Amino acid sequence: MVGLDRAGTAPDLTPVAVDFHTVFVDDVSRHYGRRRALAHVTIQAVSGEVLGLFGPNGAGKSTLISVLSTLLKPSGGTVRYGTHTMEDMGDALRGHIGVLGHDLYLYGDLTARENLRFFGRLYGLDHLEDRVTDALQRARLDDRGDDRAGAFSRGLRQRLAFERALLHEPRLVLLDEPFTGLDDDSAQVLIGRLRKLRESGCIVVMATHDFDTAEAVVDRALCVDRGRVWTVADGAGTLRERYRRTLLEQG
Amino acid sequence: MPSRSKLIPGLLAVAAVMFAAAPFLIDAAPYEASMGLIQRIFYYHVPSAIVMFLSAFVCGIASAVYMAKRSPGADATAVSAAELVVVFGLIVLVTGPIWARKAWGVWWQWDARLTSALVLWLIFVSYMMLRRFAGAGSEMLAAAVGVFGMANVPFVYWSVNVWRTIHPNTNVVKSLSPEMRLPFAWCAVAFLILYVALLLTRLRLERSQMALEAAYAEIED
Amino acid sequence: MGFLQTVWTIARKDLVIEARSRELAYTTLFFAVSVVLVFSFSFVVEGVALTDAASGILWVAIAFSGTLALGRTFERERQADTLKALLLSPVERPAIYLGKLAGVLLLMLVVEAVVAPVVGLLFQAPIGRAPLLLVGLLMAGTLGFAAVGTLFAAMLIRAQSRDVLLPVLLYPITVPLVIAGVRGTAAILAVEPNLAVAQAWLSMLVFFDAVFVTLALWVFGPVMGE
Repeated sequence: MVGLDRAGTAPDLTPVAVDFHTVFVDDVSRHYGRRRALAHVTIQAVSGEVLGLFGPNGAGKSTLISVLSTLLKPSGGTVRYGTHTMEDMGDALRGHIGVLGHDLYLYGDLTARENLRFFGRLYGLDHLEDRVTDALQRARLDDRGDDRAGAFSRGLRQRLAFERALLHEPRLVLLDEPFTGLDDDSAQVLIGRLRKLRESGCIVVMATHDFDTAEAVVDRALCVDRGRVWTVADGAGTLRERYRRTLLEQG
Repeated sequence: MPSRSKLIPGLLAVAAVMFAAAPFLIDAAPYEASMGLIQRIFYYHVPSAIVMFLSAFVCGIASAVYMAKRSPGADATAVSAAELVVVFGLIVLVTGPIWARKAWGVWWQWDARLTSALVLWLIFVSYMMLRRFAGAGSEMLAAAVGVFGMANVPFVYWSVNVWRTIHPNTNVVKSLSPEMRLPFAWCAVAFLILYVALLLTRLRLERSQMALEAAYAEIED
Repeated sequence: MGFLQTVWTIARKDLVIEARSRELAYTTLFFAVSVVLVFSFSFVVEGVALTDAASGILWVAIAFSGTLALGRTFERERQADTLKALLLSPVERPAIYLGKLAGVLLLMLVVEAVVAPVVGLLFQAPIGRAPLLLVGLLMAGTLGFAAVGTLFAAMLIRAQSRDVLLPVLLYPITVPLVIAGVRGTAAILAVEPNLAVAQAWLSMLVFFDAVFVTLALWVFGPVMGE
């Protein structure tokens, strides 16, 4: 059996500072044929902010996350990462973005450790073994690091996938339904992690249906409906109530 | 685009007149002794094949342009050209065996150029299937097939040729008697004009479709 | 991380996964041998194989089992959307393509290392006659097939009806490869071998590989960009 045990090599990502402190979605539209997934969306997020995306299924939340992740090109408008765009920075920009997708992005036939190691290597991380050990600890999987990821329950895989997405300490963190499959305890740990990310100056954009859990950490809530985005107004009531009100007023 | 709207009927009219006149010109050409009447298929078979290969290159180049620049016009050109490869390829593949039946006594003889045409035709049929069945976002995938299809032409041609050669040989056009050359050139030009007219018509359809999509998008805004 | 290192990291990941389950190797190999057997029933008449049947059957088995391997390899990347994760990492697109290509290529070559002797055995084909030339034909032909196949299988990963579209797209485009492979191999295995002919086919295969690997490297980025 071939082992995945070689230490990661030093990153030579790029000497140019690609890092950024704001993300500016400027008048972005995206359509699939006639269907319009995003219509003239403008959002700004700054370092140390947790943005929540709420909305019905198929409203455009995932499309927005894909556009932010650079995988989906907008049909119109631009996304600016600080002063950079995908066009002028290219692949290096992706090294500052971390994505937790709905499908978790884990190889079921590799162990937890191997999954982290593999992706760490693709991101050209230094001190890879230490980072992997830390990540396993944070995911509370230290004793199961050498088990196949496919054998984990959804909750465990979710925790592992979350740490995988953060392994390279991204500036922009994109989370698609991060609370799925987590028990209450794990959800609280995740909330704690998100708070830490905020403190360390990350920009977090999170799509979720879980108002009650998310309310504890979201700085600004956005309501996504039929490809349009509105800010959920501050004011009285829980996040869910305010979201309902916004949806009614705009719809 | 008033100039273009007059251009297409004009081209179609010229093609119609040329096609109407073609039988008389062909009839005036000498009767080929061994093949008889069937030889006259040649005046339609070869020009269709020329147009088919031309259209494959139009599709390939348009696909490459679309891939590099993502211009919707290039994609529209590619899909229009690919459809015409299939249409003119069908003419080639129907007239070819009729010739083969008379010349060699069988409908299909695995003759090199006809086989190349068949392979090329299959590639562009698969291109159309991809566009039809792959779902949203298949334009870019189709562009890759268009580029690969074009790049494949010399390989198909060379490999099939070495594998098998019994076609009336390449210098058939050169060896045509002068009286046959005029109707052949006439038909070739007629087919080319028809091709350009059809391509422009198909492009106009694509363009109206794009305008319609844009209008729908605007309503939703 | 260097370009080649990235290619190797991705290819090795596929090999580790395969080494663990051996699912692809076993199923593809079994399928290839079944294909050889099924075709033998139509090409062996009264105990004697038709002329050139061995090389034809060998290449049909390669093409069919290769398609199976391609489909399954990318199904693995689709399951947890891991191909997307590769595309999200800061590595160059061509490195991802080459990494996947290397994995598929190696798997197909392993299968051929078994299937070619089996064909030789069943058809009394002298596969040891010009071993280098034969290996050259197999490698060049397989590289071309895997190069086009990896691109198509990768780009179809999100498409509807991808299972049927892969062979629909792949077989017409790879016709020159199959012709060259079959005729080249037949020239070696014939009663009166003609190695010059086999060499000519080999050079066409190498040329095909050069053109299509280059094209695929250029096309992979835009095709996966959506």
